[in-house]
Amino acid sequence: MRFAGIDIGSRSIEVVVTENEKIVEYRQSDTGYNPLEHARKTLQGLTFDHLLATGYGRNLIEIEFDSPTVTEIKAYARGAKALYPQTSTILDIGGQDCKVISLYESGKIRKFEMNDRCAAGTGKFLEIMASTLGYPIEEFGAGALNFSNEITINSMCTVFAESEVISLISKGENRNDIAMALHKSVARRAISMLKRLGTNGSLFFAGGVANNGCMKELISNELELEVFIPEKPQLVGAYGASLLAQESYQ
Amino acid sequence: MSHDYRPMWSDLGLDLDAHDALLDVLGKGYADIFLSQTNRPKGMEYFDFVMSEVHGLRIKELLDEKEQGRKIIGSYCVFVPEEIALAANATLIGLCSGAEFATEQVEQYLPRNTCALIKSSFGFKLGKVCPYLESADMIVGENTCDGKKKAYEILDDLVENLYVMDIPQVKSTQGRALLKAEYYRFKEAVEQLTGVSVTLESLKKGIEIVNNKRKAVHRLAKLRAASPAPISGLDALLANQVFFYDNPERFTASVNAICDELEERIQAENGVVTKSAPRVLLSGCPMAVPNWKLPWIIESSGAVIVGEESCVGERGTRNVIDDSGSTIDELMDALVDRYFKVDCAIFTPNKERLNHIEEMAKDYKADGVIHYGLQFCQPYLIESIPVEKALDKKEIPTLRIETDYSMEDVGQLKTRVEAFIEQLK
Repeated sequence: MRFAGIDIGSRSIEVVVTENEKIVEYRQSDTGYNPLEHARKTLQGLTFDHLLATGYGRNLIEIEFDSPTVTEIKAYARGAKALYPQTSTILDIGGQDCKVISLYESGKIRKFEMNDRCAAGTGKFLEIMASTLGYPIEEFGAGALNFSNEITINSMCTVFAESEVISLISKGENRNDIAMALHKSVARRAISMLKRLGTNGSLFFAGGVANNGCMKELISNELELEVFIPEKPQLVGAYGASLLAQESYQ
Repeated sequence: MSHDYRPMWSDLGLDLDAHDALLDVLGKGYADIFLSQTNRPKGMEYFDFVMSEVHGLRIKELLDEKEQGRKIIGSYCVFVPEEIALAANATLIGLCSGAEFATEQVEQYLPRNTCALIKSSFGFKLGKVCPYLESADMIVGENTCDGKKKAYEILDDLVENLYVMDIPQVKSTQGRALLKAEYYRFKEAVEQLTGVSVTLESLKKGIEIVNNKRKAVHRLAKLRAASPAPISGLDALLANQVFFYDNPERFTASVNAICDELEERIQAENGVVTKSAPRVLLSGCPMAVPNWKLPWIIESSGAVIVGEESCVGERGTRNVIDDSGSTIDELMDALVDRYFKVDCAIFTPNKERLNHIEEMAKDYKADGVIHYGLQFCQPYLIESIPVEKALDKKEIPTLRIETDYSMEDVGQLKTRVEAFIEQLK
């Protein structure tokens, strides 16, 4: 039997199909302005027996496909536990939110925290800043790691930080240095959430921002943690959802 | 509404168009949030009626009382003793502060980062949409948090009849003496307002009426310990909200009628949710009508609220007054004793509140606690962290929510609350 999990995030949609808990197929697309339409297209042609939805847009799927739903907190916890069983702390930085989930040994959620209502400290922040500095998003982290001078960005707010970046550019600061400062500001936010919940030796890092090498380095250095990043960190929620689809069916 | 109250509202000086808009939103919100619930106790029909007439019939009753020489006193806080008002032939009512209104006008008087409750109380005044405020012969402010006490300085210019009561911040002998002195000063102010002196008999009677009202809500609270929960948290919250508006004796009778019905329900194991629904204790800032956002999110996500550790809830209504005194001073002492136990976060230290939260979580068999803090409400937001830590130690899952009256964060709140409920299952 094949189980599908769909994760409709604020920026992207991921679908994972599993059979015997192994990924047999996956897809990714942008959420766009019509998430239901994009979700339909993303699911088109895939074969599966049961579907479970998660993410910001989960309720759209619930109505359209009559599927059960779980929050992304639960889906990420399930996915992470399957991919990295020794995990007790999960950091997920996605398009528009940042969350930390702390697990009991059993995999049950002990506690979680999410960022507040704005996009500060999330993928969207990095995306806007990369574009202000003229980096393709994939090269932003590498650029930051090539910094030479330490500078600090104080604003967490995307709008204010952008003005701060523009004034740094006009002062003639090197863009790699600015990039590093921006990464540090996002990392600081995640680190303070991780410290509040407490960490235990290793960290599972998921979500699109986990692809950014600079973020991984900053977090692992500051917290002296081993950071585990799965092969496709954006898929963890959809993968967790597919496993939960199977469990809810059984 | 069956009756045309527009002339009455107009006489009170309300802005009729703005008021219509408010009632429209309130009516729709009420239908969506309350009337859509299933298997509600029949006794809730009374509260549905009260809410449908909250700016109508109830205001007419108050104006009729005024016609007969009674005075109306409006209050913003549970520290203002209703017993004293009743004893001096006045009616005490809670003033509206549970919705965002006339925000632009409010921000000409208060900084943007003032808590939603204070802003709301100004919004209702400046927007001219609160018939309670406009009917009141005396408005009582109280020096609780910094936000409120500074805001009353400004409110004083906007209303003609503001009376400010000082409230201690420490539970010491001196603090108690201050509260007693302030209650005596309040008694004299009310006597002056009504021209009626408080007597031993009238104060006893006032205490009896309010004690009965409190006993009725205590009874309601206890019944919610049953599993499956016999009444939704929203409906119980509504009863706690109406506590501040309704005629006290009629309110007492209506709550007791619901309790009779709930006892039968409990016997028959007839709940509003199944036994497996996670049970949540709500703790934190007060929730004035129509601030139903968070309870609505919690209960529409599959959990049931089994208690409110709140001024609009058990913190406000807990404990009754010993009415055995044989002099006015003895009764005043008993009254001070009761109010001095209110564990508002303006007190320091305030360990009693923490104990009460733990006690409520245990008594009402809560699976978890959601701490509700209004943005910019320092006393409750600061307490929320030690509360969370203490509950953590007792292995009671806790979720801290910080929000306001706007709807912009409903999506994010829903995700957090749903995830918390998944955690409780």
